[in-house]
Amino acid sequence: MTPSVLAGLVGAALVGLGLYGLIIHPHPLRKLLAFNLIGSGVFLVFGIIARRGAAAGFAFDPVPQALVITGIVVAFAASAVAVALILRLAAVAGSVTLDPEAWTRPKGEDAR
Amino acid sequence: MSLLPYFDVGLALLIVGVAVWIIAARDLFASVVSYVAYGLLLAFVWIRLYAPDVALTEAAVGGGVTGVLLITAGKRLGALKSIAPEAQPGLGFKLRIGVLAALVAAALGAVMIMLPDPPPSLAPQAAAAAAGAGAGLGNPITAVLISYRSFDTMLEKIVLILAVLAVWSVGSDKAWGNTPAPFRQSKPYAPMVFLAQMLAPIGALIGLHIFWVGADAPGGAFQGGALLAAMWMVAMMARLVEPPRVDARWLRLALIAGPAVFLIVGLAGEFVAGAFFAYPPGIAKPIILIIEAFMLLSITASLPMLVAGPPIERSEK
Repeated sequence: MTPSVLAGLVGAALVGLGLYGLIIHPHPLRKLLAFNLIGSGVFLVFGIIARRGAAAGFAFDPVPQALVITGIVVAFAASAVAVALILRLAAVAGSVTLDPEAWTRPKGEDAR
Repeated sequence: MSLLPYFDVGLALLIVGVAVWIIAARDLFASVVSYVAYGLLLAFVWIRLYAPDVALTEAAVGGGVTGVLLITAGKRLGALKSIAPEAQPGLGFKLRIGVLAALVAAALGAVMIMLPDPPPSLAPQAAAAAAGAGAGLGNPITAVLISYRSFDTMLEKIVLILAVLAVWSVGSDKAWGNTPAPFRQSKPYAPMVFLAQMLAPIGALIGLHIFWVGADAPGGAFQGGALLAAMWMVAMMARLVEPPRVDARWLRLALIAGPAVFLIVGLAGEFVAGAFFAYPPGIAKPIILIIEAFMLLSITASLPMLVAGPPIERSEK
């Protein structure tokens, strides 16, 4: 098994793990971590495509690699916005739950 | 044969193991910390995929700067007293989601094994770009970023500016124009100050070097900028410098300098070289270096602002 196929399988596993965590975890920051796992899995899959596209004297296809570099930076920017929103939610509401019924529940622990 | 296949398999198992821990850890902070380790491990995979440029970006942005962002967020959330008890989903639900996620991963894995042969490639076009408009650039990635896909790279800088605007807008109205919250609330302690004083000048030098060699070797404005941004954040963590006011003119000029210079050069290309974002042959390399220098400035300014978060009211501190 070549390293690129192995890395591709790792990418696939990361997407699966991230998807599981994104749905299972109620905490928004955990959801953000899981979403970043999906993202890096997709980048890895794209990395395999770059490695397989070796041609014209390069050991890799530079175009997908450049796209991945752009993607990492944009993913960071999106994560920063998400973190800012989560912290603002925590500051305003005093809790970080995404449960819409937490506000209206009669005996909610933190309902204001 | 060498030990490399064992290294690959071990690395793959380690990464999947850390990823499982990120999802499975009970403690939020443990999960966040393992994400930083995960980013650094991923950089090794990129090196094995002959992608040193991506490895540098992943280590600096994916591991380093994202790590600071998430750890800061984790600490600020952890300091919050009244976190609502989370309703954990039931076992049956978890099982069903597990099966769904496994199916998605298996389908993707199957695609990875059955990729088309011969593989499609844009490498010849990229080589042409490196030889033509991006003449003199030894690093094909930089040639692709600045020449072949220059418009995308310019728009990406605008995405960074929009993200900074979005983060700033999340703050309360009364805080507008103030400084973001300091990275550490407490007084700085001596080892941190010493580390910042030792590390920041060396790190800044390495960042500038990575930017400078980026034209011909792995590196460039992204990787160098992320390192410079990290050094600025280290200095802010040691309270050697404080975060700037968000309405400071120099900060705003630094934020827009990269895309602005890029756009001006691109528009000038319309008249000088005959096409939007075309560079006049002969002086393409100096022009590209000037664009990259201003992009370095914008990246160095925007990444710490994204991590620092929205401005806060004076009394809140």
